Amino acid sequence: MSAFRGGRLDQGELVALRQAGLPPAGRRRDRTALRSTLVALLSTVVFFGVVGWIVVHAPGWPAVQRSFLNGTVWAQSAPDIVPAFSVNVELFCIAEVFILVLALILAVLRSLPGPVLFPLRLLATIYADFFRAVPGVLIIYLLGFGIPGLQINGVPNSPFFYAVVSLTLVYSAYVSEVYRAGIQSVHPSQDAAARSLGLTQFQALRYVVLPQAVRRVIPPLLNDFIGLQKDTVLVSYIGVVEIFRQSQIDEAATFNFTPYIVTALVFLVITVPLARFVDVLIARDRRRFLAGAR
Amino acid sequence: MSAASVQSDSAVPALRVEGAWKSFGPNPVLRGIDLELAQHEVVCLIGASGSGKSTLLRCINLLEPVDAGRIYLQREELTAPGIDVNRVRRRIGIVFQAFNLFPHMTVLANVTLAPRKALGLSEREARERAVALLDRFGLGDKRDDYPDRLSGGQQQRVAIVRALAMEPDLLLLDEITSALDPELVAEVLNVIRELARAGMTMLIATHEMGFARDIASRVCFLDAGVILEQGLPGEMFSHPREARTQQFLQRIVEAGRL
Repeated sequence: MSAFRGGRLDQGELVALRQAGLPPAGRRRDRTALRSTLVALLSTVVFFGVVGWIVVHAPGWPAVQRSFLNGTVWAQSAPDIVPAFSVNVELFCIAEVFILVLALILAVLRSLPGPVLFPLRLLATIYADFFRAVPGVLIIYLLGFGIPGLQINGVPNSPFFYAVVSLTLVYSAYVSEVYRAGIQSVHPSQDAAARSLGLTQFQALRYVVLPQAVRRVIPPLLNDFIGLQKDTVLVSYIGVVEIFRQSQIDEAATFNFTPYIVTALVFLVITVPLARFVDVLIARDRRRFLAGAR
Repeated sequence: MSAASVQSDSAVPALRVEGAWKSFGPNPVLRGIDLELAQHEVVCLIGASGSGKSTLLRCINLLEPVDAGRIYLQREELTAPGIDVNRVRRRIGIVFQAFNLFPHMTVLANVTLAPRKALGLSEREARERAVALLDRFGLGDKRDDYPDRLSGGQQQRVAIVRALAMEPDLLLLDEITSALDPELVAEVLNVIRELARAGMTMLIATHEMGFARDIASRVCFLDAGVILEQGLPGEMFSHPREARTQQFLQRIVEAGRL
């Protein structure tokens, strides 16, 4: 066919195309797209076929299959594990609200001008540096075991409480940086326009700068929340029985790793659609930006 | 327009600038500006880019502090220590070259924000005031649009309306037509003409010499941070005294702008 030859269409082919009701360029584009799809499909099938063949012909495959993909264990553990995920969801939802609020306060503190407020800016900076530097799992350990260990009257000792506190502290350090980038991306002339109308510094921030800043950082914020979603398993270390802890319990009972595969699948099912949603948002923002709109 | 200007003594100048100095780092931008505007007067500032026109306007609105000198709005000294800058700015409107509308708000929200938040008007009062002004300047049907749906001329008219909604005693206009396509300039200048007729006191930095000649009660030529020459527009444009003024106007004529 002419499209595969890559050359020009001769007169006879052009007439044939016109009779088929398609402009030559459009038809050639359709062909190219179809061919790309076929090539992509073929190379995918070949690649995963080869990888799959290597895995199932590996000497240890039967043993691995027994301990990771055991149908009986799957059937036993899935009814324990899937409901345990509700603890992760609860953790995520509660921590997320606190993170959004605390991070916004931190970002605003770091954006305040003037020498008088230097100590506030310094504190907010130290906070962000500290909680981004120390691994989250250590914060969870130190707070979850350390503070109840002090045995102060009235201080809660529920692991769930310290799980929420730790995740909030760690993630608000990251999220405050995202907010701050958003605040800085709003042109200073917006603030000047607001102030020139007699609005106070706080009003200019509240009504003019922040609404624009937050709108711009929604995709990166969601990205951080995908990370938070996964990091909820870290609180298993201080004894919160959530999905990962539950799969460890099932693993210990059956001497089989299949529960971890179940857990991994649950996260895939939740996180992949969220990641695609973020991609859609980013693409939409980009289109808007290119169109010169808000 | 506002209660304050009605009560004020018409013998008191609307604005008085005495020996204003301003430097950015080592660069002096204003080097002793003296300027007085009577009530209802329209004064145009002309001069090359970098002569200090915009800086003077920003200093009057307290967006930039002066290094030395005094500025009075009617009887009140704006440069007095401890002055409430927000209260001062509510009495002085400023319109910028780049419009600076709030892109996340509709036209109506742009215009009502400051009256509600800074003057404490109710939602309804602010809305009525805004709608009346938008109608007066031919923007009534745009009130629910976002700024990015408007032409440059319309955006700039909204910016003027936004400043007017505060019912300021003085309006500062900073090269408000410089960012506009030529065919959109007239609609904005007509708004200013109408304001001048209505008695608004205005200080206008502009490159539109024809407009300045037409509207100004007085023209000031700024050069290197001082007012080198000022006078009635007819005299300034036809018989400039200073060599620098002659040179500047000569270039404007060559560029076909006068």
